[in-house]
Amino acid sequence: MEVEIHVIHYLIISTVMMFCGIYGFFTRKNLLALLISVELILNATNINFAVFNRYLFPGQLEGHFFSLFGIAIAAAETAVAIAIIINVYRNIKQVLTDDITDLKG
Amino acid sequence: MQAEISLAIILIVVLVADLVLKEPNHRALQTLSCGLLIVQMVLNIVPTSGEAFGGMYHSTPMASVVKTILTMGTLLVFMQADTWLSRKDTRFKAGEFYLLTLSTLLGMYYMVSAGNFLLFYVGLELASIPMACLVAFDKFRHHSAEAGAKFILNAMFSSGLMLYGLSLIYGTCGTMYFDDIVTIISGTPLQIMAMVFFFAGLGFKISLVPFHMWTPDTYQGAPTAVSAYLSVISKGAAAFALMSILLKVFAPMVASWEVMLGIVIVITITIANIFALLQKDLKRFMAYSSISQAGYIMLAVMGASAQGMASLVYYVVVYIVANLAVFGVINTIEQNNDGTVDRDSYNGLYKTNPKLTFVMTLALFSLAGIPPFAGFFSKFFVFASAFHGGHWLVVFLALVNTIISLFYYLLIVKAMYITPNDNPLPTFKSSALTRASLFICLLGVILLGICSSVYQVLTNTALL
Repeated sequence: MEVEIHVIHYLIISTVMMFCGIYGFFTRKNLLALLISVELILNATNINFAVFNRYLFPGQLEGHFFSLFGIAIAAAETAVAIAIIINVYRNIKQVLTDDITDLKG
Repeated sequence: MQAEISLAIILIVVLVADLVLKEPNHRALQTLSCGLLIVQMVLNIVPTSGEAFGGMYHSTPMASVVKTILTMGTLLVFMQADTWLSRKDTRFKAGEFYLLTLSTLLGMYYMVSAGNFLLFYVGLELASIPMACLVAFDKFRHHSAEAGAKFILNAMFSSGLMLYGLSLIYGTCGTMYFDDIVTIISGTPLQIMAMVFFFAGLGFKISLVPFHMWTPDTYQGAPTAVSAYLSVISKGAAAFALMSILLKVFAPMVASWEVMLGIVIVITITIANIFALLQKDLKRFMAYSSISQAGYIMLAVMGASAQGMASLVYYVVVYIVANLAVFGVINTIEQNNDGTVDRDSYNGLYKTNPKLTFVMTLALFSLAGIPPFAGFFSKFFVFASAFHGGHWLVVFLALVNTIISLFYYLLIVKAMYITPNDNPLPTFKSSALTRASLFICLLGVILLGICSSVYQVLTNTALL
């Protein structure tokens, strides 16, 4: 038996990824885990763009281009974020959110 | 495209100069970048409109005016960064400061004149990634690193939310061009969800409540010149971009976003005011003040008209000069007195530094909206445009909040003039460029309100 995969199946996956990312961003304690959660969100949007383009608007390429730009920019953001996290580590020898609470009030 | 091309050339010139000039080159670099920014302002002083990249880039006269205003604000920040960048531990990386700031400015240029969500997104990221580097600029101060980590993670999260909204818009409309979306979009539930996600993403950039959590921490930890830049230039550009997109792209859904925006504005202003009352650290205090000012800026969007657009830009101009005056004074005092930013250390400042106190007082009056300073008129126009839109309840609540804000702005004035102090901060003389920038801000605070032609010009440009 052959199972056909429709838009809806992809969208379920991307939505689950998106909200897993949001959940992770609010609950995880490690800065690197936060970064991974954000990457989940960004990749969910990339899937969305690619799927919408492939299934709903097959004549054009806008969604694919958006995914490509999204991937490139996410890489740049991650590079900067990791550099800053390394700097945090060098300063206080910790990357847990519980330990970077000097600024509050 | 002219403004973008000339700014890109400036960027390259500063980069090459940073490589070629021998250390210590911070003075030369500062003169060079300030001079080039003045040239940039003069070259683009006449509002123009234009299209490029097949409609992806679409600049209106109003966007052109906003670009000039942002350039002016950046110039003031460069002048105020003088003392901070002359310090031994920062002077060797002064070139990077100018480069990163100019690239965020370039990103904002693209952001305010985008005609397609792809270019808008690229511009937004170009404006926020170098900004994270700027926030974490003081490498060996762990507050700066902490602020940088908080900023970049929140920026990534918010752009993720925004992108998700954009992907839903693409799924329902099949295009990313503003002009095409507006003909297709109709306010289906999925499109409303997309709009909410998009608004949440930009709400982080403008730091509206409930997306404001990063703001106080980032402002407190970042170097003061960077906090100043973040609070006025970055916020002004994002606010203008949000307004033009809400009016251009989401125009058919005006009934849905008006309610949401009204609620967000009232919560923003009220919560920020309550928290500002509790702050002792002046940078943190200014962060909450800037959150509440963001609420007032957004009030102009409620008008949803050309008048609203003009009053938003006018508010941003006035806010830039007043806020940069306050941050300039904070920065000067911080640099000359081993990093003191507590309100208590300002006690009795009038006796030793009367001129600084005077600038700070007028700027705070303007932020609070006391006539005859510019802040009163900018608040008035914003209220008027929202009132014309029929949102009298939001206007009333915002009006009540100005009274609370008056109280906490005057707390600083009271500390400087009245509170007795046996050991006030010593008298000092700030650098020539800082004094010049404070003088320009002071002129702006006094004259922008009295010269009614400024608002008139903005209204005429908005109607073009």
